Amino acid sequence: MTYIRKPRFQHPQLETNELGLTRRDYEGTLTTLCGGCGHDSISAAIIQAAAEMSLEPHRIAKLSGIGCSSKIPSYFLGKAHAFNAVHGRMPSVATGANLANKELYYLGISGDGDSASIGLGQFCHIVRRRINMLYIVANNGTYGLTKGQLSATADLGSKTKSGEESLYDNIDLASLAIELGASFVARSFSGDKKQLVPLIQAGLSHKGFAFIDVVSPCVTFNNTDLSTHGYKNTWENNAALSQVDFVPMRDEITTSYAEGEEKDITLHDGSVIHLHKIGNNYDPFDKEKAVMHISQYKAEGRIATGLLYINQKTSDLHDLTNTVDRPFNVLSEQELCPGNPILMEINEAFR
Amino acid sequence: MNSPAGAKIETLTKVNDFVVKFANVNGSGSASANTLFAKAIFRMGIPVSPHNIFPSNIQGLPTWYEVRISEKGYLGRREGVDLMIAMNEQTIQRDIDSVVSGGYVLYDSTKSLPEQMAREDVQFLPIPLTEICIREFEKPSQRQLFKNIIYVGALAALINIDFDVLTNLISDQFRGKEKLIPPNINALQLGHQFASEHFQCPLRLKLKSSDKTDSKILMDGNTAVGLGCVYGGATVASWYPLTPSTSVVDAFGRYCQRLRIDKQTGQQKFSVVQAEDELAAIGIAIGAGWNGARAFTATSGPGISLMQEFLGLAYFSEIPVVLFNIQRVGPSTGMPTRTQQGDLLSCAYASHGDTKHILLFPSTPKECFDFAASAFDIADQIQTPVIVMSDLELGMNEQISEPLDWQEGRAYDRGKVLNQERLEGLEHFGRYQDSDGDGIPYRTYPGTHPDKGSYFTRGSSHDANAAYTEDGDIYAEVMDRIAKKFDTALNYLPEPEIRENGAAMGLLFMGTTTSAITEAQDLLTKHGVATDTLRVKSFPFHQSVRTFIDRHEKVYVIDQNRDAQLKSLLKIELNVNESQVQSIRSYNGVLITAEHISRSVLDSQENTGE
Repeated sequence: MTYIRKPRFQHPQLETNELGLTRRDYEGTLTTLCGGCGHDSISAAIIQAAAEMSLEPHRIAKLSGIGCSSKIPSYFLGKAHAFNAVHGRMPSVATGANLANKELYYLGISGDGDSASIGLGQFCHIVRRRINMLYIVANNGTYGLTKGQLSATADLGSKTKSGEESLYDNIDLASLAIELGASFVARSFSGDKKQLVPLIQAGLSHKGFAFIDVVSPCVTFNNTDLSTHGYKNTWENNAALSQVDFVPMRDEITTSYAEGEEKDITLHDGSVIHLHKIGNNYDPFDKEKAVMHISQYKAEGRIATGLLYINQKTSDLHDLTNTVDRPFNVLSEQELCPGNPILMEINEAFR
Repeated sequence: MNSPAGAKIETLTKVNDFVVKFANVNGSGSASANTLFAKAIFRMGIPVSPHNIFPSNIQGLPTWYEVRISEKGYLGRREGVDLMIAMNEQTIQRDIDSVVSGGYVLYDSTKSLPEQMAREDVQFLPIPLTEICIREFEKPSQRQLFKNIIYVGALAALINIDFDVLTNLISDQFRGKEKLIPPNINALQLGHQFASEHFQCPLRLKLKSSDKTDSKILMDGNTAVGLGCVYGGATVASWYPLTPSTSVVDAFGRYCQRLRIDKQTGQQKFSVVQAEDELAAIGIAIGAGWNGARAFTATSGPGISLMQEFLGLAYFSEIPVVLFNIQRVGPSTGMPTRTQQGDLLSCAYASHGDTKHILLFPSTPKECFDFAASAFDIADQIQTPVIVMSDLELGMNEQISEPLDWQEGRAYDRGKVLNQERLEGLEHFGRYQDSDGDGIPYRTYPGTHPDKGSYFTRGSSHDANAAYTEDGDIYAEVMDRIAKKFDTALNYLPEPEIRENGAAMGLLFMGTTTSAITEAQDLLTKHGVATDTLRVKSFPFHQSVRTFIDRHEKVYVIDQNRDAQLKSLLKIELNVNESQVQSIRSYNGVLITAEHISRSVLDSQENTGE
């Protein structure tokens, strides 16, 4: 056996959600990643997010590419279908899957090698195509499975465990996503569950392409004090532009916030994001300013996190192409095949 | 050289059996005039096969349109030209040289032909096309376009095309744009009138109405493929533009706009995605296939190379997907606008590791339609990629074909898919478990059941439950089961077409080579060589292919590629002995001819002293 099943044992008083499911119903197999890997915290955050939202686990499709990041769909939502595609090509598979059935939740998990190097083209184009999904990049700035080479998101001057220094400018996937038309873009840190969980929930509820770049340290190959993707640097320089609370559509909104500092953003499905503005009165609706903030913080050696940009008024690919309401994968012969009399007419046009 | 070379020429006398070739400049609007010519002959009931020989270019380079006319129904290419319409100054010397002795050359005599181009053994038909156009039409664009229609009008007089057929075609063509009809008919008349007044019409090379195309249609293969996808239930088409496959998705999209819009809501029951490259194109189709939609992509050689990794994933994780390969000349960029059967091996075993893919070889538009539609059934039944191997010749040229036909009430076979009800009654679901002993496991679509049927799709090694494994024995079991699936597949694949009359020699071929076979057999018969034939329609090969080879003294395997790929595949898959098969190959970018086949057979017989 090269995977580890989790024991079925569970605490008898484990809390249940609206579907009567416990947290355990949202878990997957035991992780085979290194102890302390940031990616495991992302799995845990996804489990918590989905359980709290009372999502039906089987109505989620998990898709990933290749790499440490792309292994993690094994570790959460064991009742969901998963697709571990080829390296860097998850976006195309997700596009096709989404076209076939618009009714499922699509959760894409990728890494910095998978999305910023080999799959950069596919990443750019899935953003442009506005696929309705949540796309998470577990970003550790390194190639873990091949033992610690620098990736394209490693910051200029950042050093790996072996002392290799990044000589090139990094690719910032969050800025790129904003520029290419993503309608929900956030950045978070795997160690900051309080920030990450509501962002995942909001990203799943958002209609359109939602992207979260999660700095997720690689404890084995890229966690030195000189790495900008290590725990130390990320804790010290994590600069939240906003704090987000997520209220699922079923919950009554009871808390109120003082005007000027908070904002409620109602999502397509009726859920609400409570946005607590921090610092310089950050406005996540302004595309240009969002990109500017990201690069300004970066110039100061800080990592801008939180909800960076949102536009809940966009359409997804199905809207753009005006597809039928029912999923393609349930359409029958009667609905798809024009029949022989029409074919006879077509023949006539070729005589 | 403005006058005919003289009455002494012994010109060809042929009825309904000759080759007309149009030499044009691409982008000059000649294509629609030339199509009009071919279609008129088709409507006169005479078998006709036009071939575009065009450059990979938008405007300005030489392009040819070669039309074989054959009462006997020989629809392959024939070498030599009987009547040349020489409209391109860049190539006119070469074009005149290619005319057979006793043939004709129609040219624009506004400028006189240089002396050195004269030939004593062909008859020149000078028509001052540019001059007529300048006189008759005002707009430069009209002067250019109508020049083409005028020569068609002239040809009507010269070789006896039914003028009413031409005018009806013009009316059909411009339905909805009626004001274009009179100037086009006028242009036809101008040509007709000039030819009638200046030449003895008709020539000894002429047409006579027949009844050989009565029930037939004239359609290009790519249009038929696109229609097959509509009828076969495809809902997702993802593609990257690539000659000569582009018109497959164009046709699919066009017919979907007409036939797949929900009448009440105006919404689409299909989606066409132009992807960023061929990798994404096949990735999208695979994602859709995984999720239960029928999906396809269309491409050509360079795209096939790019899709290799994904094809391996679909093979190993057992996802249905349909791929149309409209082959062109390789390797690399090769000759993008010329035809070849050069991707046989790279498709049969596409991707790294042990792989194999189902291939279908259509040879007519009707088969393009049928195979496209059944490819979706086969992909679902076997849960694997199916590659339909067409080529530029079939895909982009109009072909005479039996009409398309759809059996009313035909159901789609979605293969072994467990729905919620069936999952409910199931104790254990193993995605890659061979429950029926035919190698084909059961699949589920995502989101079907709350607790049962979910699995992890992966290109990494997995066990019967789809769990990751590095256990070599389990890996081998899975690989053996997948191999078994391809034995089962033979029950679903079209059998070879065998025509046997007890001859010692056999001809074995696929796809567009078929167009030359009847003629090649007739040529060989004249030399006393009788042949049986086998046309391969699918891969993996049926055992009947092997027994056909065994029953014959020698079988000529005909390939339109350099490396005898079909012959190689027969040897690899069926253990055919080298002494049983002999290769005939053609790989100059144009359709193989009957003469080439018969000459090759006769040469080889002489060489072996038979």
